[in-house]
Amino acid sequence: MMSEDQRVEDTTEEHRSAEEIAREARRLWQEYGPRAAEGTLKNRDRRAIPQMAMPAQDPAERRCNQMEVPLGYTEEQARLEALRCLNCPTAPCIAGCPVAIDIPRFLLQAAAGKFQDSINTIKEASLLPAVCGRVCPQESQCMLECTVGKVAKDPMQSVAIGRVERYVADLEREEDRVEVPAVGPDTGFRVGVVGSGPAGLTVAADLRKAGHQVEIFEAFHKPGGVMIYGIPEFRLPKEIVRKEIEGLEKMGVTFHLNFLIGRTRTIEDLIRKDHFDALFIGSGAGLPKFMEIPGENLVGVFSANEYLTRANLMKAYDREHVDTPIYESRVVAVLGGGNVAMDAARMALRLGAEEVHVIYRRTRREMPARVEEVDHAHEEGIRFHFLSSPVEILGDEQGRVRAIRCQRYELGEPDDSGRRRPVPVEGDFFEMTVDTVIPSLGNVANPLIRKTTDNLETNKWGNIVVDEHNRTSLDRVYAGGDIVLGAATVILAMGEGRRAAAAITEDLRSGRWEKKG
Amino acid sequence: MNRITEKKQLSSDVFRMTFEAPYIAEARKAGQFLIIQLDDNYGERIPLTIADADEAKGTITIIFQAVGKTTLSLAALEEGQAIANVLGPLGTPTHIENWGTAVCVGGGIGVAPMHPIVQAVRKAGNKVITIMGARNRELLILEEEMRRWSDEVIICTDDGSYGRKDLVTAPLKELCDAGVPHIVFAIGPPIMMKFAAETTRPYGVRTMVSLNTIMVDGTGMCGGCRVTVGNDTKFVCMDGPEFDGHLVDFDNMMSRQKAYLKQEAGARDKCGIGRRHDE
Ligand SMILES: Cc1cc2nc3c(=O)[nH]c(=O)nc-3n(C[C@H](O)[C@H](O)[C@H](O)COP(=O)(O)OP(=O)(O)OC[C@H]3O[C@@H](n4cnc5c(N)ncnc54)[C@H](O)[C@@H]3O)c2cc1C
Ligand code: SF4
Ligand code: FES
Repeated sequence: MMSEDQRVEDTTEEHRSAEEIAREARRLWQEYGPRAAEGTLKNRDRRAIPQMAMPAQDPAERRCNQMEVPLGYTEEQARLEALRCLNCPTAPCIAGCPVAIDIPRFLLQAAAGKFQDSINTIKEASLLPAVCGRVCPQESQCMLECTVGKVAKDPMQSVAIGRVERYVADLEREEDRVEVPAVGPDTGFRVGVVGSGPAGLTVAADLRKAGHQVEIFEAFHKPGGVMIYGIPEFRLPKEIVRKEIEGLEKMGVTFHLNFLIGRTRTIEDLIRKDHFDALFIGSGAGLPKFMEIPGENLVGVFSANEYLTRANLMKAYDREHVDTPIYESRVVAVLGGGNVAMDAARMALRLGAEEVHVIYRRTRREMPARVEEVDHAHEEGIRFHFLSSPVEILGDEQGRVRAIRCQRYELGEPDDSGRRRPVPVEGDFFEMTVDTVIPSLGNVANPLIRKTTDNLETNKWGNIVVDEHNRTSLDRVYAGGDIVLGAATVILAMGEGRRAAAAITEDLRSGRWEKKG
Repeated sequence: MNRITEKKQLSSDVFRMTFEAPYIAEARKAGQFLIIQLDDNYGERIPLTIADADEAKGTITIIFQAVGKTTLSLAALEEGQAIANVLGPLGTPTHIENWGTAVCVGGGIGVAPMHPIVQAVRKAGNKVITIMGARNRELLILEEEMRRWSDEVIICTDDGSYGRKDLVTAPLKELCDAGVPHIVFAIGPPIMMKFAAETTRPYGVRTMVSLNTIMVDGTGMCGGCRVTVGNDTKFVCMDGPEFDGHLVDFDNMMSRQKAYLKQEAGARDKCGIGRRHDE
């Protein structure tokens, strides 16, 4: 059936058990640990420490369950990996981190076994380390700049910064040492936050710390944004997000769930009727992109958002208990090459599909997904078809998907950015028999707030326009995260949230906006 | 919140429920709907139409047919209990103007969402002719309310147990022949809306239908509710629920509505979900 089966180049090794990896780390620790303690470890020695492999569930097992794939480092592994840091005087990694975590300091503390100090260092800059350690595209951020990777000419060989981050964050949570941040003395100001994704949660935490009252308005019945409804359990356990939300509740943040701004109440209502002193809009991207090819409304075509929401938020995988159905698929085509596509493909596999094919217009190298996710997808048996782009989805007489027709592409001349653009090969088409198609092309801005708020300036993509302090064109109204940046990342949303919170506090204190109510 | 203040069984499987939802009561307009869910973890999210609202009391009223798991559980809730999750009002409100004469066709449970539309259309100065259809007299709902807001009411039943023994499209065609309607609203089962639109098409009378597709979020995030309207794809929860019936691809919509029929019929055990790959 397959006319094209360009698999991902096999870079992954045979699966090694967690026990085996841990044993090896213990042996290495006996060698390096004492010397590190004595302080006799030279840079040459640090470079000789191999990068610690992340223990993971066996691919044959995990493709049938929803449990997290990477199992996390052991103490020896975390300390050894941290020992690989050369403590560069210029610390180029910090510049690669969107929130400028003091990376060498937290690694030094982790290597010394001072795990609480280490997590405290991270938390000075980041609010969601257990999340970011798991989902940040480290290879294009801190690890891209890391000296170790530069020398090896491969960012994947850099210090595995995110894995150590995850270790110290998980340890603190698992040992129940997470302290609820102190809330500042009441300022009497009330701030409303629209959306409870990483941007909204960050704003809420920082504003509470500053002593303002904070109320979050969330459309869904559960807070967390994409971290809850989009990113699957096998990549980001929901328990972690729930704990973060619990922390905010303990800080006194109020959550109004099932509350859609633009419908239940408008932005203007919140200011005029409910007298909020300031508002932050963190409503995310949340409008799925489709290919706009014939056949996209056939039965069996789902946006990744729908597919993943049914599976994650609505728990459709738990067929024993749950009411929300999910489509019964045998052969699935996933369209796209980003994290969204990898999540949809791996979810389809876990929900029982026999074959899952990812169709992507460019090549492996251009895939925007985290490298680790592509590797994991490959290990699980997802098949990749590069340089191919769907032109039509074909249906049967009942209006259900029966096949997808694609055109082959080739890499053309490099464009201005030096990237070789894919160009269609004239007349070169192929068809694949599939019963489900999941366009996973990412999201653009949801138009609801824009359409229901007068004078809120947006750009041609529908994103809200803000100044360098995340102020919108409306008095008292700030915005940040995907609704400003377009579909971006958790860490960038968090960074925006921090900046907006600082500006809100500053503007309220300075009397820029007159106090309401 | 969402505490049920009144519950009444209207027929063997149709219920009317009024509950506290002050924000929704204040904001809702004709044509809008809700999404409800009965259990945070395991419940499904289903769209329901708003049949009425009382802004002063802060309550809204829904009328629903207990046919699926969620609506059956909803019907089992008693006064004083609360509906776990209610999101709304959703969708774009009905566009209302003074056209002259409006013919409002409601079939079965579709009379419920028609109720606020009839009110709004009448308040805007239109003459309202309402056509109500049901399988039999027992299943006819909201007759008194519709009479209050209509200049004329025509009732059709399939078995002739009340009013005319006809499909709703018969009186609709007669009215079109007489050149009466300036606009038609049709809400009911998809097949009824399709034929209502076909009835008015030759006369060129604008016909608005209200679609009830499968939904998840109701906020435009998933696209599960999408339909083909003319050459465009529209999201029912955001762009709708009302569309020009002459442009809606009803056949595509009806096949999409059946997407999960197999699973819902209890065949879920047999499907591959959660199956081990080595089985
Ligand atoms: C499948 C998937 C996988 C991803 N994987 C990664 C990854 O591996 N790494 C990474 O860094 N990033 C990833 N991303 C991107 C990342 O999740 C987003 O960039 C990030 O969540 C944006 O945060 P946010 O707070 O701006 O918005 P969101 O997380 O989108 O949250 C917005 C919240 O606002 C609510 N909302 C929207 N409109 C309204 C309204 N009108 N009224 C009330 N509430 C409203 C929504 O329900 C939602 O809860 C992924 C995204 C997806 C979809
Ligand atoms: S660049 Fe790499 S080696 Fe240098 S300080 Fe940062 S993490 Fe350590
Ligand atoms: S129900 Fe999800 S977009 Fe309409």
